[in-house]
Amino acid sequence: MFRTALRNVLAHKARLLMTVLAVMLGVAFVSGTLVFTNTISSALQKSSAKGFDHVDVAVTPKWKDAEGDQVGKRQELTKATVDASARVPGAESAIGVVGGFAALADKDGKLVGDGWQTQGGNYWGAEDPRYPLVEGRAPTGPNEVLVDSGTVERAGYRVGEPVRMSVNGPLLEPVLVGVFTTDDGNVAAGGSLALFDTATAQKVFGKEGTFDEIDVRAKPGVSEAALKAQLDKALPKDVVETRTGGELAEEQAEIIASSMSGLQQSLLVFAGIALFVGTFIIANTFTMLVAQRTKELALLRAVGASRRQVTRSVLIEAFVVGTVAAVAGLLGGIGIGMGLRSLMGMLEATVPDGPLVITPGTVGTAFAVGILVTVLAAWLPGRRAAKIPPVAAMSAVHAKATTKSLVLRNTVGALFSAAGVAVVLWATSLDGPDGQAPMGLGAVLLIIGVFILTPLLSRPLIAAAAPVLRLFGVSGKLARLNSVRNPRRTAATASALMIGLTLITGMTVMAGSLQKSIDKMASEAIEADYVVSMATGNALSPDVEQKLKKLDGVTATSAMRNAPSRIDDRTEYLTGVDGTAFGKLTDFEMQDGSFAIEGTRVVVDDGTAKSHDWKAGSTFDVAYEDGRKQRLTVAGVYRGNDMFTGIMIDNRTLAPHQADPADMLVMVKTADGVSDAVKDRLEKALGSNPAIAVQDKKDISNEVAKVFTLVLNMVYGLLAMAVIVAVIGVINTLAMSVFERSQEIGMLRAVGLDRRGVKRMVRLESLVISLFGGVLGIGLGVFFGWAAGELLGTRMPTYELVLPWGRLAVFLLLAATVGVLAALWPARRAARLNMLQAIKAE
Amino acid sequence: MTTAPIADRSTAVAARATELSKIYGQGETQVVALDRVTVDFRQAEFTAIMGPSGSGKSTLMHCVAGLDTFSSGSVRIGDVELGSLKDKQLTKLRRDKIGFIFQAFNLLPTLNALENITLPMDIAGRKPDKEWLDTVIGLIGLSNRLGHRPSQLSGGQQQRVAVARALASKPDIVFGDEPTGNLDSRSGAEVLGFLRNSVRELGQTVVMVTHDPVAAAYADRVIFLADGRIVDEMNGPTADSVLDRMKRFDAKGRTS
Repeated sequence: MFRTALRNVLAHKARLLMTVLAVMLGVAFVSGTLVFTNTISSALQKSSAKGFDHVDVAVTPKWKDAEGDQVGKRQELTKATVDASARVPGAESAIGVVGGFAALADKDGKLVGDGWQTQGGNYWGAEDPRYPLVEGRAPTGPNEVLVDSGTVERAGYRVGEPVRMSVNGPLLEPVLVGVFTTDDGNVAAGGSLALFDTATAQKVFGKEGTFDEIDVRAKPGVSEAALKAQLDKALPKDVVETRTGGELAEEQAEIIASSMSGLQQSLLVFAGIALFVGTFIIANTFTMLVAQRTKELALLRAVGASRRQVTRSVLIEAFVVGTVAAVAGLLGGIGIGMGLRSLMGMLEATVPDGPLVITPGTVGTAFAVGILVTVLAAWLPGRRAAKIPPVAAMSAVHAKATTKSLVLRNTVGALFSAAGVAVVLWATSLDGPDGQAPMGLGAVLLIIGVFILTPLLSRPLIAAAAPVLRLFGVSGKLARLNSVRNPRRTAATASALMIGLTLITGMTVMAGSLQKSIDKMASEAIEADYVVSMATGNALSPDVEQKLKKLDGVTATSAMRNAPSRIDDRTEYLTGVDGTAFGKLTDFEMQDGSFAIEGTRVVVDDGTAKSHDWKAGSTFDVAYEDGRKQRLTVAGVYRGNDMFTGIMIDNRTLAPHQADPADMLVMVKTADGVSDAVKDRLEKALGSNPAIAVQDKKDISNEVAKVFTLVLNMVYGLLAMAVIVAVIGVINTLAMSVFERSQEIGMLRAVGLDRRGVKRMVRLESLVISLFGGVLGIGLGVFFGWAAGELLGTRMPTYELVLPWGRLAVFLLLAATVGVLAALWPARRAARLNMLQAIKAE
Repeated sequence: MTTAPIADRSTAVAARATELSKIYGQGETQVVALDRVTVDFRQAEFTAIMGPSGSGKSTLMHCVAGLDTFSSGSVRIGDVELGSLKDKQLTKLRRDKIGFIFQAFNLLPTLNALENITLPMDIAGRKPDKEWLDTVIGLIGLSNRLGHRPSQLSGGQQQRVAVARALASKPDIVFGDEPTGNLDSRSGAEVLGFLRNSVRELGQTVVMVTHDPVAAAYADRVIFLADGRIVDEMNGPTADSVLDRMKRFDAKGRTS
């Protein structure tokens, strides 16, 4: 049987090519994802391990108190701790490390890199072994800085010139006195690192007299473990923790691996979608091949092959196809992995160099996925092949789908769809998170139901297109009739396109509605003219608020800061605001009491109030981060939203308990309102610091829009693969149809349909199938987008459904384009058909 | 089964092949399918083309009908020279001036009988001549089955629909390629009867390729082909006379 199967594969090369292509794309997506993430992850790990070369043991302060709780005074490492570490017999040297975020501006005043990647630190002494200098000298005093060589090159700094930078608001302009190289993983990944001398670093990063970490180097011959033991003995146990370099590298590797696996998983989800779409095409192809080979298979049965052997021959064929596709897909995937890496290299994000990592797991996954998907998809057609009676060898052409099985199919489909719709509708009535699981279930049921129902739906929907098709004369009429001729095939082809468009539309509707609601939320709740924050997302120095407050024309300011606290033995974050000004800068909907923040009077959002069972007038005890306690009174309960939530307390009450107050943002109201001149004045007052963003409401909503656009575009890009696979499906179906109907086409040509007419007929059929899939997909997508929005709406009072009509039209146009493109080759083939051979062919 | 030839026949020519040659391949593998064939098909005449397999009878019909290209010589349908036509013009010629009946696969399974009959007019975007259509449909006697799909019709009925389609657009000439090859003798006789009636009653010109002497006997004239050449011609054929003539080919084939 194996030989027969192999012969069949070879005999149907052209037709199987499309199947191979569909599976291959899916496999390439999967293996490309694996190769890329493995490669990046291994390169990052290698470079981070290198970064720990100079650390044998790291001493860090304990973050947690005895009860393992984060609130409570953070222990501090001082110069004395560093000296104590250096005095341990096994220690060669000990370096105190202090660091934080430091945003750098390039020559044009633009920020270099993104927030989390822009780091600052200290250069230890006259020669820090961690950072070998390639140019200049060590920094001394507050006005000197070193920058890593990669950043110097990118930003165009020169030694001896000032560097504009900011740590937490105020603009600094230290002179670049040297350039260093580093193995720091963050820098290798494209970040920047600026180094001050130790005293300056401690001051700039708000950690005067203390260190974040002490890196201890062992004497030759002393092991990491031995040094760790000595340090544990020498240093107070309740103040510090010690870890060996090996442990640190391992920890770091784990962090990298877990952050990479998140990326990997989300990419694999999209690869899975593409593969899922691919299964339709495989099933379709094999169904058609089996139908075309009815006589052949019946002959096999007639000469004594068992049913099982017939099924097996189809499955072996699928196995061969799957293997070929897996090999091609794996190679393609390696190419994608390489391509992605160099693409990222071309963009700003530099990726550490490293060899391409192709693990046995990747290879195994590629083969497993390719072969399993193909064989599973071919399983049903294989069983159908076995049911061909031997007598079919003598009788006429293709086996036809019986109407009876469609009746059963329609019943099952209707049940699934109805159940799906019912569950989704029920889920929308639930509260937020409770509805997620039922909604997912309902969505799956509905999609399955619609799949099963597509053959039934194809008739009325395609009939609805008849008036338009009539414009194209006989070609249009024939196209319409041909497209409903084999409803199952049309359905499977259209479904493949439907999936991609359902997801694309659903995402678009949801994102658009969400964006609108966040916009509305911001504009409704914020009365301030401007919001000032670090562009990098880090904390602002309280100095910024002070500076703004003193400006001419500024009528009110309030900083917002976060502080951990313990209430009822739970950690709650307090939001510190300026009690007198905050009311003028925001507009909250009060549900109970009044908006009064002063002294021990606080306001809380409805969610927090509910969870603690508070109302206006309730009192509660709070333990601040310094451990001191106070009794607070709830003055009012406001309606919380995604921008403002939690317990709001006056900064003056909070400040004495905070070791290191830092603001998330500062809201500003001015006498002149919003104008470019005012904005300019604010920016100037803050030293035209590129690290500080002064935004009005419109800027904020633009920023929100930018984030949504970015995410949507990424999702579009990833779903494009599913659409491409669907295009292959349409091409495949059309090519098969043209092949099957060559006699008809030959006859049509003979009785006078010209080549253009034949082409048009095939093209219109393709268009009809694609638009059918498009309409279904967009319809389902809008429904899911609406339903998901209803669910979100329970948590977002400002949520409203926004239907992006323009986009929806574009998607429909996309479906039409898919149809036209997919028909190019099959239509040409049909038009070039040799009439005489076609008519005579049996 | 025999019919006397009509004495008073128009001498106008519906189609004419002159020195028509068709050669496949080159050099050693060269096959001459038609070897300088010259033949006239007169208007309102029913001509049968006969000959053993490989004699070139189908090729001759295909070339004259504009379905196939030829190597040299000329073909005229009415006053149109086919050799100079591009594919597009040929297609238009077939649509407007020629009717076809094939051995099988004459009908589109998605269209009903009436739609199949009017297909060439639909392609041309012309309205069928209602009176003529009724005449043709009346002739084939399927007026009560016009709404049926081909799959609901018997083989003979399908072929009758094909005849109606060939006649419906009032073509200058109708070509049949073994139109009864797939039919039982009764259905075949019916179809041939319609073809002959269309010549007698409607003045249609019909050219038919066949290997069946009984079918050829319906024609006014039989042309015999062998090895790509016209070797004989017979007016007013009968099944017996045609069979006798064909036997001579077989004998020759065996002896040579």
